[in-house]
Amino acid sequence: MQRLRVRYAKRGRLRFTSHRDITRAVERAVRRAGIPVAYSAGFSPHPKISYAGAAPTGVASEAEYLEIGVTTPCDPEHVRADLDGSLPPGLDVLEVVEAVSGGLADRLEASEWEARLPGADPELAGVAVEKFLAAGAVEVERLTKKGPRRFDAREAVLSLAALARTGPEGTDRTAAQVPGQSCVILRMVVRHMTPAVRPDDVLTGLRLVADFAPPVPPEVTRLAQGPLDASTGALADPFDPDRDTTRGGGPGPVSEQVAG
Amino acid sequence: MPVESIFHRLEALLPKVQKPIQYVGGELNSTVKDWDSADVRWALMYPDAYEVGLPNQGVAILYEILNELPATLAERTYAVWPDLEALMRAEGVPQFTVDAHRPVRAFDVLGVSFSTELGYTNMLTALDLAGIPLRAVERGDDDPIVLAGGHAAFNPEPIADFLDAAVLGDGEQIAIAISEVIREWKAEGRPGGRDELLMRLAESGGVYVPKFYDVDYHADGRIQRVAPNRPGVPWRVHKHTVMDLDEWPYPKKPLVPLAETVHERFSVEIFRGCTRGCRFCQAGMITRPVRERSITTIGAMVENGIKESGFTEVGLLSLSSADHSEIGEVAKGLADRYEGTNTSLSLPSTRVDAFNIDLANEFSRNGRRSGLTFAPEGGSERMRKVINKMVTEEDLIRTVSTAYSQGWRQVKLYFMCGLPTETDEDVLGIADLAKKVIKAGREITGSRDIRCTVSIGGFVPKPHTPFQWAGQADHETVDRRLRALRDALRGDKQFGRAIGYRYHDGKPSIVEGLLSRGDRRVGAVIRGVWEDGGRFDGWSEHFSYERWMAAAERAGVDVGWYTVREREENEVLPWDHLDAGLDREWLWQDWRDAVSGGEVEDCRWTPCYDCGVCPTMGTEIQIGPTGRKLLPLTVV
Repeated sequence: MQRLRVRYAKRGRLRFTSHRDITRAVERAVRRAGIPVAYSAGFSPHPKISYAGAAPTGVASEAEYLEIGVTTPCDPEHVRADLDGSLPPGLDVLEVVEAVSGGLADRLEASEWEARLPGADPELAGVAVEKFLAAGAVEVERLTKKGPRRFDAREAVLSLAALARTGPEGTDRTAAQVPGQSCVILRMVVRHMTPAVRPDDVLTGLRLVADFAPPVPPEVTRLAQGPLDASTGALADPFDPDRDTTRGGGPGPVSEQVAG
Repeated sequence: MPVESIFHRLEALLPKVQKPIQYVGGELNSTVKDWDSADVRWALMYPDAYEVGLPNQGVAILYEILNELPATLAERTYAVWPDLEALMRAEGVPQFTVDAHRPVRAFDVLGVSFSTELGYTNMLTALDLAGIPLRAVERGDDDPIVLAGGHAAFNPEPIADFLDAAVLGDGEQIAIAISEVIREWKAEGRPGGRDELLMRLAESGGVYVPKFYDVDYHADGRIQRVAPNRPGVPWRVHKHTVMDLDEWPYPKKPLVPLAETVHERFSVEIFRGCTRGCRFCQAGMITRPVRERSITTIGAMVENGIKESGFTEVGLLSLSSADHSEIGEVAKGLADRYEGTNTSLSLPSTRVDAFNIDLANEFSRNGRRSGLTFAPEGGSERMRKVINKMVTEEDLIRTVSTAYSQGWRQVKLYFMCGLPTETDEDVLGIADLAKKVIKAGREITGSRDIRCTVSIGGFVPKPHTPFQWAGQADHETVDRRLRALRDALRGDKQFGRAIGYRYHDGKPSIVEGLLSRGDRRVGAVIRGVWEDGGRFDGWSEHFSYERWMAAAERAGVDVGWYTVREREENEVLPWDHLDAGLDREWLWQDWRDAVSGGEVEDCRWTPCYDCGVCPTMGTEIQIGPTGRKLLPLTVV
């Protein structure tokens, strides 16, 4: 069975999809696109599609990952185009590679996040970030399905910086971006741990250490996920190992079908 | 002038509400048209939560048909949950459509589809959030025409004050006709304002405009007469019937939501109407005559629907799906076509009939046999005669035993409580029936691994049925019988553990009864409940019987008078001026026959018994067999 690894984005208003919504949408899109997805055996067969760590409901992402098992070998680029065409705009398929080695989930060690805080005070944000980074631990509380849970939000944060911006930029302008209004942008790299530390936990932390609270709900986007370079703190592309092999750089049953 | 999207204002609220995805639109196959490209603009509302409203066939069909018209656009709007409603009020965000997030008040028509009366308070919320005056007479030329449709619109009197207009029956053709009337009126420069537009609609006899009718009452509260209050308005308004379903193969582009909804499947209506003559069934009475969709159109619609949607389940809908004249061929053809594709087929609304087991077997050829549902409705043979649900105890037991013997493990049986002439013994008869079913099932399978679930709810007499004159059972009686049935089932050592029991208590049925057979005076109760916070009355966690009773008392409305009171033959009923085609004398005779245990055959296969529909509506029964096969598929 060929396995295809898919990187997709959830953008704009589709950031309000939950993980369950996305799984249903993907399963239907796979059927509409005619991708020969494999089904599990047994009493109630379900399509072999697995998802790696979904971004929370309300959070946009440029780097979500899933893996599809197919019964007949497919050209990854065709699958990318067909699946993208069958998903609603806003769930956009960015890249598809054939899985060659290892587990994808293991490579997703950390995420880079961006949180836009329209109308927030840049100076206060800077102070809060400094205090947060200086702290040894920042206990936060989050309401989970099992009730309130307390954990440290500091240790997982590998980097955190506040930038000040004026007005909208980029192509995906959303509601909170008002032209001419100041906007604080937080950039952070957070290691995947249990319990997961999310950007809103970091924001809770900023409120606790420095009483910093943005006036409107933040717009959060996951920019990247991948293996962590421990020396630089940077994230690598999790598809690199698959790509290296398919270029003929390594061992394995590699195919010629990975053509552009 | 273009109308601005309010999405940027809504978006700031969405992180604070449950399931925000239901408010963002963007469904596959949804349509957003340029505002200025259209002369006539419809907002279509299903007055319940998105998860219930999105799969609704009526709204989906009209949405598609109206958007196919070059100069018409249609968008959808649903009831917002109280969490978002509170935020919208605080931030001044109006009721919006999910397609382009345009404010509902900017549209020409707000069309509301009522499958049930319990959506009335949700309509008031939407009107209020939209900034549209609740009372029709207070609306101005800038407000949309508020138009009701759906089965509950066959008696729109309780919401008459809030409606500009209502239509009865199939919506496809009349929606197009209304669009044309509005287009012409606007092109002429809106002569005479809102009232002239309503007058043009009313004159046709196909659109009911409540404010053009006055209701007079007797001193004792009964209606004296309902009469037009201006020249040119017809005395009666007639229902609409689409006669060739093959000409209207909708939905062609099924809406596929991102959010989870109550029916995750592609649905095809395989016929409309039902002439089984079950006396409690309003749908069966008001949708006559039977009009089948041909086997070839069904095949083509299923093929197209799966391709367009990616759904894995197909539902073949109708009021009694196994009655399609070629259902066997349909089942076999679809099972052959989709074998090995992980596509499942379902056939809701089946009768107690051995033939249905064969069908169910065909439909589950490649899947599991989990459960089958039958609806005997009445617990004793006498009761089933009263409601004209002709199935004998023998038939039922034989049918269910066959199901068990062919591998089905779970059978669900639907009943009603509080039917006319019902006694405690009739309801307790359900327990005997269930036990006999399990006993026979154990004998035939030699296994104890079979179950049956009894599901029972309160009966509500409905307009345009033979039971429209009946006194509804009070909730104390219904609840007492439901408890007695529960005790009889649970207390049984031999079979009790094999029988599940699900029931709805009797209080909500009383409110439903008030709204079903109410007149214009009930409008004050609906408004009172809404002002007191009443929302989502179809949801048990939001419904409050006490709130309804308190509002009725404030409005001086005697709930018992509307519900448990039996009506006389000559009493003017609130919906008598609305014509579903049924002959009033025939309905009365059928009511009398019910009480004396007389039965009516199905007129599809036996001679006409003069219910009145075909001659007054100029319609006829349309059934096959066509003799054609589903495969190979033809394209619509």
